[in-house]
Amino acid sequence: MILEHSRITAIQGDIITVPATGITYGELATVKSRGRTSLAQVIRLRGDGVSLQVFAGAKGVATGDQVRFLGHPMQVAFGDALLGRIFNGSGDPIDKGSELMALPRIDIGGPSVNPIMRVIPRGFIETRVPMVDVFNPLVESQKLPIFAAAGEPYNDLLARIGMRANADIVILGGIGLKYDEYLKFRIAFEQAGVLSRTIMFIHTASDPVVERLLVPDMCLAVAEQFGVRGKRVLVLLTDMTAFADAMKEIAISMDMVPSNLGYPGSLYSDLASRYEKAVDFEGSGSITILAVTTMPGDDVTHPVPDNTGYITEGQFYLRKGVIEPFGSLSRLKQLVIGKVTREDHGYIMNSMVRLFAKSREVEQKLAMGFDKTADDDRYLHYAKLFYDRFMDLKVDIGLNDALDLGWKTLSECFRADEVGIKQEFVDKYWPKGH
Amino acid sequence: MDNLSGGHVVGVTGPLATIEVKKGQEVLQNEVAFVVCQGVPLKSEIIRVRGNLVDMQVFESTTGLKVGDEVQFSGELLSATLGPGILGNIYDGLQNPLAKLENNQGFFLKRGQYLNSLDEEKVWEFTPEVSKGTKVKGGHYLGKVPEGIFDHHILVPLTFLGTWEVVDIKPVGSYRITDQIAVLRNDDGREETVTMKQQWPVKIPLRTYEERLLPNRQLLTQCRLIDIFYPLAEGGTACIPGPFGAGKTVLQQIISRYAQADIVIIVACGERAGEVVETIREFPELEDPRTGKSLMDRTVIICNTSSMPVAAREASIYTGVTLGEYFRQIGLKVLLLADSTSRWAQALREASARMEEIPGEEAFPAYLESRIAAVYERAGLVRLYNDTTGSLTVIGTVSPAGGNFEEPVTQNTLKVVGAFYGLSRTRSDQRRYPAIDPLISWSLYLNLMGDSLNKQRNEEWVTLVREAQDLLFKGSEIHQMMLVVGEEGISVDDLVLYLKSEIVDAVCLQQDAFDVVERATSEERQVSDFLLIMDMVHHPFTFKGKEEAREQMTHMQNLFFQLKYCPFQGDEYQRYRKEIETILGKE
Repeated sequence: MILEHSRITAIQGDIITVPATGITYGELATVKSRGRTSLAQVIRLRGDGVSLQVFAGAKGVATGDQVRFLGHPMQVAFGDALLGRIFNGSGDPIDKGSELMALPRIDIGGPSVNPIMRVIPRGFIETRVPMVDVFNPLVESQKLPIFAAAGEPYNDLLARIGMRANADIVILGGIGLKYDEYLKFRIAFEQAGVLSRTIMFIHTASDPVVERLLVPDMCLAVAEQFGVRGKRVLVLLTDMTAFADAMKEIAISMDMVPSNLGYPGSLYSDLASRYEKAVDFEGSGSITILAVTTMPGDDVTHPVPDNTGYITEGQFYLRKGVIEPFGSLSRLKQLVIGKVTREDHGYIMNSMVRLFAKSREVEQKLAMGFDKTADDDRYLHYAKLFYDRFMDLKVDIGLNDALDLGWKTLSECFRADEVGIKQEFVDKYWPKGH
Repeated sequence: MDNLSGGHVVGVTGPLATIEVKKGQEVLQNEVAFVVCQGVPLKSEIIRVRGNLVDMQVFESTTGLKVGDEVQFSGELLSATLGPGILGNIYDGLQNPLAKLENNQGFFLKRGQYLNSLDEEKVWEFTPEVSKGTKVKGGHYLGKVPEGIFDHHILVPLTFLGTWEVVDIKPVGSYRITDQIAVLRNDDGREETVTMKQQWPVKIPLRTYEERLLPNRQLLTQCRLIDIFYPLAEGGTACIPGPFGAGKTVLQQIISRYAQADIVIIVACGERAGEVVETIREFPELEDPRTGKSLMDRTVIICNTSSMPVAAREASIYTGVTLGEYFRQIGLKVLLLADSTSRWAQALREASARMEEIPGEEAFPAYLESRIAAVYERAGLVRLYNDTTGSLTVIGTVSPAGGNFEEPVTQNTLKVVGAFYGLSRTRSDQRRYPAIDPLISWSLYLNLMGDSLNKQRNEEWVTLVREAQDLLFKGSEIHQMMLVVGEEGISVDDLVLYLKSEIVDAVCLQQDAFDVVERATSEERQVSDFLLIMDMVHHPFTFKGKEEAREQMTHMQNLFFQLKYCPFQGDEYQRYRKEIETILGKE
C-alpha cells in the first residue's frame, strides 16, 4: 500500500514531520521537492505525527511537497552483478554501468547473528606489515579500527591492507570521503587488479550529510549476504567519525538529550550494531571490518574513538606515519599467535615491546638532560633498530622472516638472560655467537 | 491472552513505545506486555505510567510498529524461570535459550520468539526431603534431584508467604519439572500444587534466608594479584574498571575459568559477541579441575551482546543476579561476572533519554546510583534456613568513557563494592598483565578476612602482604625519583629496594594468562612462592655498587621468572628454588 501526503507540518534540520496514519516505524518514504526526489526514513511516531529524516537533506523542501510512503524499510540491491560496481550513499550507481533494477532487494540494518551461531575465528591474515603481523596480527572476522589524527596516511594504509588481504570480496564504504581520496582508492584497486572483486559505496564530502548514515548499513547488508553464501568478505570503512557526526546531527534535530559532546546516548549501541556485523559464519563465509576512525584533536578519549575502542577487537594507532606499538592491539591475536603462527611468536612479541618501552623511558630520561650510562646506549641502539626494521611502514616482510629478524635484533642489543624469554626458546632461536 | 487488559500504540521512538490505555484501567509498573507488530507479539516492559499514557521499553527491534497497534498486558512482572536444568545453558537477556531459537537464514535472530527457559521434557530423579505434615516456608527444601556434581534442592516456591503444611509429597521417582511433586496448604486452608519449576520477578531481591553474614571467607580466583594482594571474599563484591584494551576481558575469562566457585554465571551485557563465543565454544571442552567434568556444567551464560536489542540488555543483569540468588538458596557458592555494567547503565540512559527525563551527570539518569547499589547489594554470604550457607559473589566490569575513573558509573560503583581492581593503560602498554594497578586498587576483605587468611595461609600472612604492598609503593616512589634525578641521584639501598619491588611485580603480580602453568596458581603454590619472594625481600643484600646490584638482581629476577613457569614441585621447580635459596643463604 503506497500512501501519499502533501502537508509537511514541521521542518527542523533534516527532519520533517507529516501528519499520517498507518505508517510503520522505520519505513521508507520519498519526498518530492522542486526538481528532485529524496529518500526519507521514519524515525519517530507520535500520535498522527510522523517524523522522517530526509537523506538528501531538508534544504529546499517545501511544506507542500509530496511525501510518499513506500511501506518497507530501506533496501539495497544484491547479487553478483554488484561486483566491480560503484554506488552512492543512496545505493544508486555512480559509475557508468547499468541500473540494477532486476536484482532482488534486501533490507539493510537487519537483526544480529545469534551469538551461538558464531565460531571462534582462526584465520591469520598476513599483511607483510611487521607492526601488524608480528605485534598485532589481523584475524579473519575481526573488527579493527585505525585511529588516526587528520592528515595521517590512514587511507593509504587501509588501501594497502585491502589490496593484500586474502579475501574473496572487498567492500569499500566511503563516508564523507574527499573526492580525490575516492579516486585514489579506485586507482589503487585498479592497479592492483582487485577492482573486479570490489564493491564501493561512496558518500563524498559534498553529498548530503544524512546519506552518510546509510553507507555502513548498505555495505554490511551486502557483505552479510555474500558471507552466508560462503564468501570471505573484507569491509573497509572510512571514516566512521563522519558517520557518528551525522548521527549527532540527527539526534540534536530530534531534541534528544545529548550525553557527551552532543552525541546521543545511544552512540555506543549505534556503532556496535554496525561493527558487530563482523562474523565468522559457522560452515560458511566471514566478514572482517577495518574502519578508519579519525580522532578529533588527536584525542582518543573523544566519544567516537572511545566508544569504538570498547566495541572493536583492538585498534591500530597511526601516528606520525607509523603504527604505534603502544596502544595498538589486536585482541584476537592470541587465537593465532603460536597456534597458527610459529611457536616463538608470542615470546618475541612481548619481549620486544617490553624492551622498546624501556628504550622510550631512556629516551625521555636523556631528553631531561641526565647522563647516559652504558646500559642506555644499548637501549638507544635497540630503539633505532626497532624503528628501521619494524615500524617503518615501507618495510615489506613476511611474518617468519620478521620473527627471525626479531631474534637477531634482540641478540645484537641484549644478553639472553635479559630478555625474559623461556629458556627452551632462547636455546632454540637465540642466534649463535651472541 | 484475549481476556487480558491492554491498550494501543500512540507513539514510537527507538525501542520506546508509548501506549494509551482506557481511563481507570489498572497498570502495573514493570509489568510485561506484548505489542503485536505485524502479527508478531513483541515482549515489552512498562517503565512509566502517566495518566492513561504508558511508556514501555520493547525488548526487540521496533521496526514495523505502527500507531494503533494492539498491546496486551500479561499481569506479571518480568520474571526468571527457576528449577533444575538451568546449568550449561546459554540464554539471552530474557532467559530464552539461544540454542533453541530458530534463526533466519540459519544465522540471524528472529524477533518475537519466547521459548521455555528450561527443558520441560527432561526427567529428573527426585528424592523427597520432607514428609507429609511438615511445616515449611518459601525457600525451604522439599526434595532434591542430582544435577551435574551437586544436589539441586527443590524449593518451596519463593513467592509463598507465611507457613505452609505439606499435604502431599511425591515419593522417590522420575519426574519432569512441570509434574506436580507436592501439595501445600497454608493457614487459611488454601491448597497449592508445587512443581520443580517456579518464577521469580527479576528486579526484586530474594530474601528467603535466616541472615546475611559478614563475608569472611576467601573466594579463590587463582589470580595471584587478586588472591594475595587484594583478595575477594565469598559473597563479596568487586569491580574492574579499565580503559579499553587493558585486558578486562581476558581477566574475566581467567576468573570465570579458574575461580573456586560451584557455579559461575557470566552475564555478557552489551559487549562483543566474539567474547562470549570463546566461552561458549571452549567451556564445553575444558575440564573443571575440581570436578573433572566439563566447565560448562557449572556455568550459565546470559548473553545480550552489543548489537542485540538494548532494552533486553537492561534486563540481562537482573536475570543473572536472580539466577545467582536462586543457586545461593540451594546452598552453593555462586560467582556472577557482569561484563559490562557500563553498557547496562547506558541502556538505562538510552531509555531515560527517550522518555525525556531530566538528565543527571553525563546524561545518566538521576537514579543511576540507586540502581547500581541495588544490584551489588544482592550479593552476599547468607545463612540459610537449614543452617548451611550459600553465597553470591558479584564482580562487575566497568568501561569508563575515556578510561577516566571519575565518570558516574565507576564512581557510583566504587561506593558500593568491597574490592576495586583498577586496570591501567600504563601497565597494559608495558605488557604487565593482568594490568591491575597495585597502587590504586584496594580490597576491604584483606582486613575482614585477616584471621582466616592467617589461619589458612601463614600466621603472618596479612602482615607480609601489607609489607609487599608497601614495597610496591616505595618502589614506585623511587622509580619516580629516578625519572627526575636519574639513577645516579639515588642511593644503592634505594636502587635495591626498587629492584626488589620490580621482582615482586614481575614474578608475583604479573601472570601469564596464556601459559599452561602460569594461568592459574593454586593456594598452596601462592603461599609457598610468596613466602620465598618475601624471603628475598627481607634478605640484606650487600652490593659494592649499582652496577653489581643491577646485575645480581637481574639474575635473581630471572631465576624467579623461570621458577614461575615450572610446574609446582617438579624437578625443575626444585632446581630453581634451590638456586634461589642458596643465594638467600637458606639451605
